[in-house]
This record gives sequence, structure tokens and C-alpha cells, in this order.
Amino acid sequence: MHNLTVGFIGNPNCGKTTLFNAYTGANLKVANWPGVTVERMEGAIESHGHKIRVVDLPGTYSLTSYTMEEQVSRDFIMSDEVDVVVDVADASSLERSLYLTLQLTETGKPMVLALNMMDIVNKRGIELDLHRLQEILGIPVVPVTARKKVGLKSLLHAALHQHEDEHASNHQPRNINSETIRDHAMIYSRDIEDKIKEITTRLPENTPNPRWTALALMTKDPLTVQRIPVDLSDLLDGTEANDIINQKYDAIQEILNEVMLGKNSSDSLTEKIDSIVTKPFLGLFVFLLLMAGVFFLTFSLGDYLSGYLEEVISWFTELIGQTLVGFHASEWLINLICDGIISGVGGILTFLPNITILFIALALLEDSGYMSRAAYVMNDIMEKLGLSGRAFIPMVLGFGCTVPAIMASRALESKKDRRRVMLLTPFMSCSAKLPIYILFAQMFFSKYAMWAAYSMYVIGLLLALLLAWILHKMDKDRNLHPLLIELPAYKMPSAHTVFIYVWEKVKDFLTKAGTTIFLASILLWLLMHFGWGGYTEDVSLSLAAILGKGLAVLLIPCGLGYWQIAVALIAGLSAKEVVVSSTAVLFGISNVNSFGGMAQLHSELSAIGFGPLNAYCMMLFCLLYIPCTAALATIKRESNSRLFAFRTALFQLGTAWLISTIVFQIGSLFL
Amino acid sequence: MKLSEASKDCSLVVKSIDLDEQARNRLQVLGMIENTPVTILQRKGSGTIIISLRGSRFALGSGMAGCIEVDYA
Repeated sequence: MHNLTVGFIGNPNCGKTTLFNAYTGANLKVANWPGVTVERMEGAIESHGHKIRVVDLPGTYSLTSYTMEEQVSRDFIMSDEVDVVVDVADASSLERSLYLTLQLTETGKPMVLALNMMDIVNKRGIELDLHRLQEILGIPVVPVTARKKVGLKSLLHAALHQHEDEHASNHQPRNINSETIRDHAMIYSRDIEDKIKEITTRLPENTPNPRWTALALMTKDPLTVQRIPVDLSDLLDGTEANDIINQKYDAIQEILNEVMLGKNSSDSLTEKIDSIVTKPFLGLFVFLLLMAGVFFLTFSLGDYLSGYLEEVISWFTELIGQTLVGFHASEWLINLICDGIISGVGGILTFLPNITILFIALALLEDSGYMSRAAYVMNDIMEKLGLSGRAFIPMVLGFGCTVPAIMASRALESKKDRRRVMLLTPFMSCSAKLPIYILFAQMFFSKYAMWAAYSMYVIGLLLALLLAWILHKMDKDRNLHPLLIELPAYKMPSAHTVFIYVWEKVKDFLTKAGTTIFLASILLWLLMHFGWGGYTEDVSLSLAAILGKGLAVLLIPCGLGYWQIAVALIAGLSAKEVVVSSTAVLFGISNVNSFGGMAQLHSELSAIGFGPLNAYCMMLFCLLYIPCTAALATIKRESNSRLFAFRTALFQLGTAWLISTIVFQIGSLFL
Repeated sequence: MKLSEASKDCSLVVKSIDLDEQARNRLQVLGMIENTPVTILQRKGSGTIIISLRGSRFALGSGMAGCIEVDYA
């Protein structure tokens, strides 16, 4: 058994992740690269007696080190950790993909070029002379179609061969009789080649990949210049960087002339769709319609499915209750398990359908290629608010979950933009807040429940945009980082990719239900059943009541001055769903999302004077107040500043209090 | 003329890019260099555009498009 590591690298949107998923299935590990918050995906497969570790690198257009993603990819490629590099190229836009390929051949790492999306190439009537391409580049070229799992075995086989072949890193183009044609896939002009030769003699001894290092120094690659301080001022005149890029693209043009046969018709489907969705005004309308559709599905279809899940859970609760009675378990234990744990955890599980649907919709928007169009459509509005259209993507993802949304903010170039997006994204209503809206809206707004819940999404979005505008107006340095984003060709979303994306999120949700919410439910039950005098049946004497009563005073202006609500809001800091589960536990309701449970909770709340206006303020407060601890931890990690995370939390708490107070006070005048 | 002012569906070529080092480098690795042909596919009044560059489509903010000098091919 040999162990080897294969790194997958490629342009954004080249189908690299689909290819990667095709190998690993759902069996992958998602972690962060050390020191930075760029996601690192890893999987293990076995083939031909090898144990292969496959690592998915962040999508990148080049090996320069301007962005975090590029740096991570490059450092990994250049390290000894990786044995073979698989360069994934979108065969249907080869011209752009080959730039990275040429850079990779210069690193001298054993590599294979995987030409993905061959089905699209064939459909468009393009023919590629793969033999010739292989000859020119000096590396194996394997055609694959990741979406249909075509060519996977050949690609892996080629990668294994590259590992075993000791000449694999030479990358010398050869003709049919294996005679070397040139020393490198890419030969520059005499002037550049002379300079490369001269620089390699000046490099410190044992510098790995001298040719690549010389080229990096000539293009003034920030990281290389910093790591290898060689004085080249007498040699370089400043035009080299431009020349090198120019000559690479000239070489690519020559390669294409050699290998691309048949007409290159453009993608007519993408043109047709784009002529509608990117049209001024019409595009914005389509975008809003799509968003409305996503939320409609989440609520209506989700609620329908939740109904079935409720029945299963109530049946389960009864079964456990009866079993425990059968075992003559003591009353407090039955109470803890049925009213504490099951009503807490079970109450959350009924929202699984809503959340799954929301994530499926987001995955479809992303995988089909629509998401980057949304950035274009929203760009003008966002620019008026001092952000690039790109900032809209993290904010849309925020409707799913704040944690990945905040991580997506790293795609923004400037630190200022990143921080602003981190500050505003938590106002986008995440899926964990959905159970709160559904519960309170259905109890108090019966017929208009859906509108009440919808309004939360709109208010959150508008408030985030309004705050962005205020921050922009207050900002003295209004330097904009303009939009630059690729609009990939539309494609049928891959069921496999969508499944894995959704499964990752659902798994998170279930894990949270099993851990955070489970523990929070027990803790809450304990707080409710123990007072200064030990175990108590009377909740109003419990520790929870004492704690809640103290805080409730502060919540009176926003209509939330009830100790149970105060406790639920605090518990909600661990995860927003906990607001629902703890409300259920605090009022002793089992199966809170069922018709009977809601009716019971409604009458209990009404009895303490909690009406529709209070319910609406409760929803508003939950929409706006401090995000869950996981989101806060992500903000701290992404901003690398404890102070910023703390200030964000304080800002959000203040906003929540202020807005719900205004609504409650004004509302009270009329109602 | 500036790329943000050019009209839709015309064949253009890039003449110069007047942006800071980092922004220029980002465009260059995507293949936007001197004499590269580009076409504007879609535009909004504000100058935000979609271009076709070496077989791929990119959306460009007005701030960027306004700093790229082009000519009719």
C-alpha cells in the first residue's frame, strides 16, 4: 500500500468541486487551511493498491499571490506534501483555463490536465486534438465529464502513473517517438529566457524550482519577492511582468490554433437566458421573483412536510412516556426526558423540512450559475451603498446560515468591505430564525402568518441595506472596490453536488439538535426545576425565573418584559432554534409546532398579556439581536479581532432593542 | 474611448488599463492585455457592464470599466 496526495486545482466554475465530489462522495472532511479561513476539503480513496488522499484547492485563475485563495493554493502546490497535481480545466473555455495550466507546468510538479465538461464541448461541435495538446504541454491530458462521472478512472490512473514515473516532473514536450522537442512547454522570447537564465544563477543554492522562482521574481510576485530577496535592479527594467503575461497568452493562442478543430459556436442557451435575467429592470424583477419563489417553497411545502414529522415525534414522545411509566421511572425523570429533552430537541427537528428546502434552493441557484448574475443585477444598488455587487452573495447566503455567509465574505478584496458585510449579514434572516417566526406568526396572526414571517425577511434585508448606506455616508474614504466576477455558462445543476452541499448543512443542523440544543434543553430544565431551596415543582420559584425577572425589566419597553421570554432569548444565543425549544420547555408544552401545542401555548401567553404586538416585537427582536455563538466565533475568526466581534454583538443587540421598542411603543398607541 | 462608454455588441480592442497594480494584475491574468478583443454583451445606465473576454463572460463594475481605454476594432 502506497500513500500519496493528489491536489485538485483549477479556475473557479471549472467543475472542480463536482469532479472532487464524484471521487469522494459525501465522505469528505471540511476544515480550514491553517491560519486562514479558506475552506479545505479532503477525502480518501483507494485505487490500484494506493491509498490516495485527495485535496480540493480553492478555485483560482493564476498562481500569483494577490488573494488569500491564491496563496493557499500555491503554497500547497509548491510544498512537498502534494505528490501529483490534477489541473482541472473547463474544456469549453480552454483559452482562459490554459493560463493556469502553463503556470503549473512551470512549477515542475508532476501533473495531469483533466479536461472537464467534455460533453458541452461535443455538443457545441468543437473537436479537440488531445494527442497534440498532450505533445505540446508535455503532460498527460485526460478528457472527463465530472457531472456524468465519465473518465474518472482514467484520470486517477494517469495521476498514479505520474507519481510513479520519475521523469514525470520534466514536462518536456515530446513528439510521437518520444524525442524531446523543447525543454519546456512554454518558451519565452530570447530576452526573457536570458533573464531567466541569469536570475537562476543568482538564486540561493538549492532553491527548488529555479525556473518558476525566476519567473515569479520577474513578475514581482509579492510573496516570492518577500521570501527570496535577490537584488535584480540591474537586470530588470519593469516591463517583464507585462511581457510574460502577453507571451503566455500568445502561446495559448498558438496552442488553440493547433488543437482546436471545428467551429467554436457560443453557448446559445446561456445567451438566451442572460438576455432576460441581466436586462436592466427586467433582471431585477426576475431576481425578486426568484427570491420570492424560494421563500414561498420554504414556507408552504416545508410546512406541509413538517406536519408529518410532527406526528412521528408526538407518537415517539408518547411511546417513551408510556415505556418510562412501565419501568416505574420516577416522575422527575419522566418530566426531564419528555418535557425537557424531547420537547426541546423534537420541537427543533420538525423544522428540518423547511431548512432542507431552503438549502436546496440556495444550492440550485449557486450550482446553476445564477448567483453571479445576481451580483451583476444588484451591483448598482450595492454601489450606491458603498459595496460591490459581489457583497450581495454573502448576504443572500445569510438567508441560509450566517456562518458560511460570513466565510463567503472573504471573496471581497478590501478589509473594509469584508467587515461591513460581516456586520450586516447577521441581519439577513437565517434559517434558524425561521422556526421562531413560524411559531409566533402562526399562533398570533393565523391567516396572515405567512405575511408576518415574510415581513421579517424584508425588514432584515432593508435594514441591512439602510445601515450599509448610513455607514457609507459616514465614511470619509469612499474608495470603491469595483465588481469583477465571471458569469459562468449555465448548466443543469448536478444532483450529486447539490446533495452533498445540502447534506453538509443538514448534518450540521442535526448535530446541533443532538448536542447544543440537547444540552441547552437539559440545562434549561435544571434551571427551571431548581431554586434557592433545591428541587421545586413551582417554576416561578426557580433559578430561571429569578434570572429572567431581572432581565425582563430591561425588555419592558420592547414589549418583551416577561421572564420566560427573557430566559428564552438568552438560551437562544447558543442557537436561534433554542428560542423555540426553550419557550416550549418554559411553558411546559410538548410538541409545540403541532396544532394542539400551539393552541395551548397561545392561551398561556395570552393569559400573561402577551398579544399579537408582543409576538411581532419578539420576531423582530429575534431577527436582529446577537447572532448565535457559532456565528460570533466565525466573525471573530474572519476579522481576526475579538474587539470587532464584541462590537458587532453590541451593535446588533442595540439595534434589536431600539427597533422593537420603536415598533412596540408606536404600535401600542394604535392597538 | 472608455470601455464604460462603448456601445453594445461592437468589436473592441483594449488599448490600456489605468488601474492600480493589483486590479490591473487581476484583469491581466484573465487575459485582458493590450490589443485583446472584447465585446460588451450587456450594459446598464450606470456603466456596469458584461463583457465577453477570451470566450468567457465577466461582469465589470463601472469603476473598473471606466478605467479601461478601448478602440473599435
